[in-house]
Amino acid sequence: MKKIYTCIICPRSCELEADILPDGQVSVSGNGCPRGAEWIRNELSDPKRTIASSVLVEGGEKEIVSVRLSSPVPLRMIFPIMDEIRKVSVTAPVSIGDIIIRDVLSSGADVIATSSVLAKKE
Amino acid sequence: MENRGIVVIGAGPTGLAAAVKLRRLGAEDVLVIERENETGGILRQCIHDGFGLERFGKSISGPEYAALLKSEAEELDIECLTGTSVLEISKDRTITAASPSGVVEIHAEAIIAAAGCRERSRGSIMIPGERPAGVYTAGTAQAYMNLYNRMPGRNAVILGSGDIGLIMARRLTLEGAKVSAVFELQDHPNGLERNIVQCLDDYSIPLYLSHTVTEIHGKDRIEGVTVSAVDGNLKPIEGTEKYYPCDTLILSVGLIPDNTILENAGVEIDPVTNGAVVDEHLMTSVPGIFSAGNMLHVHDLADFASAEAEAAAENAFLYASGKLDTGRNLSVVPGEGVSHTVPGRITGHGPFTVSLRVRKKERGKTVEVRQGGKILGYRFFPLVIPSQMISVDAEAAAGCENVEVIVR
Repeated sequence: MKKIYTCIICPRSCELEADILPDGQVSVSGNGCPRGAEWIRNELSDPKRTIASSVLVEGGEKEIVSVRLSSPVPLRMIFPIMDEIRKVSVTAPVSIGDIIIRDVLSSGADVIATSSVLAKKE
Repeated sequence: MENRGIVVIGAGPTGLAAAVKLRRLGAEDVLVIERENETGGILRQCIHDGFGLERFGKSISGPEYAALLKSEAEELDIECLTGTSVLEISKDRTITAASPSGVVEIHAEAIIAAAGCRERSRGSIMIPGERPAGVYTAGTAQAYMNLYNRMPGRNAVILGSGDIGLIMARRLTLEGAKVSAVFELQDHPNGLERNIVQCLDDYSIPLYLSHTVTEIHGKDRIEGVTVSAVDGNLKPIEGTEKYYPCDTLILSVGLIPDNTILENAGVEIDPVTNGAVVDEHLMTSVPGIFSAGNMLHVHDLADFASAEAEAAAENAFLYASGKLDTGRNLSVVPGEGVSHTVPGRITGHGPFTVSLRVRKKERGKTVEVRQGGKILGYRFFPLVIPSQMISVDAEAAAGCENVEVIVR
């Protein structure tokens, strides 16, 4: 089975043709560099993504703090991870880079704060 | 009236990068004026990652990019007037601004205008129908969710395939809303392929090209939209109407700079980009007023806007020291296949780089910078697409003939 993909590794946007053979092997053409071939093999077996969201803050100058994953996780884990993110809240102050959830769902990625929220002044 | 050195208007990825560069070059008096109460500009609400690969060598989110720039500015003791809106700039570089302490007047030796751009709204694309609540630009929906913790709605339709619209399709989906579809008037997506894959395909959100919203329905809150296919001239095709129920319509239909302030200062404006016409030093038609970033022309990446800011800073610094060669005045004209160029004119004194967007997607094309029969520079591209800004280096132009940029 042949499928056409646009490589999203860099802005060059190579059009890749992946030929998926009956034994599961994948032959790739059209890639301008080796990263394209590697990307498509990952993409076909277990694509990885990062996501951003926000977490509730108690006692802060703002209601929420923005968060993201520290490294890509398998796409299939995104919704379960969102459920975990929705469950937590943090108490101000929060600093950029703070780990909000360590190794979320054993994915190897942390949920980290990407902005700072000061404590609300009395 | 206060006399200051170089004043930067806007504290986003362009303005802060310009200010930091100015101080590093040795400029002693640098003042940044920012309308919002915090620095960072649009980066503050762009919580997705993909920023910083060029400037910081790693993929980070918008707020992190803003924080890194802010700490660079703080280390260099850069003064920033926040909560201050520029009302007027005069031809002699006197800035009138509304600040928390009242109206201030500042005279600058040089100005870098870096106030970013605005989103096209429903008014700019004239969608017929009723005027209910629930119609947002993508950036407004993004601010609601990422800054103020408010869901814009539960069942959205997105018009336009700009990057922020695609990013919001994913964000809404992850937060539990349904996104029925994204409709794009053109026959090609407007956003990065990377975002089509990661924001739509991953979540099975369909993208319909050559389609547009032809009517908005709903009395108080939007209840649905009529969508039609369009022909080659972008006109809706009768009989193709389809109704989509929704409680939210998100518009991601393009960005455009608002340069009223520069226009009032007498700066010549490019009717295509709506930004200032600048020379290769990024100086506008009013000496000492420079422009960069999305206020000059809409960029694809914040990193590129920051890089352009550094070039503007170098030249503004030279100008303020009386060392900038302003030279002659040759026009750079977009020719066959080119929608616009920056710069729009050049001094002819040295080599220069042209940034441009092409009119249509084409394969295996060369972009040429020509003056009469002479080729000043060219570059081959395996693929050119309108949604990607490209650049070509060129050698100095001689004489007084205009320079033309073409795709061939």
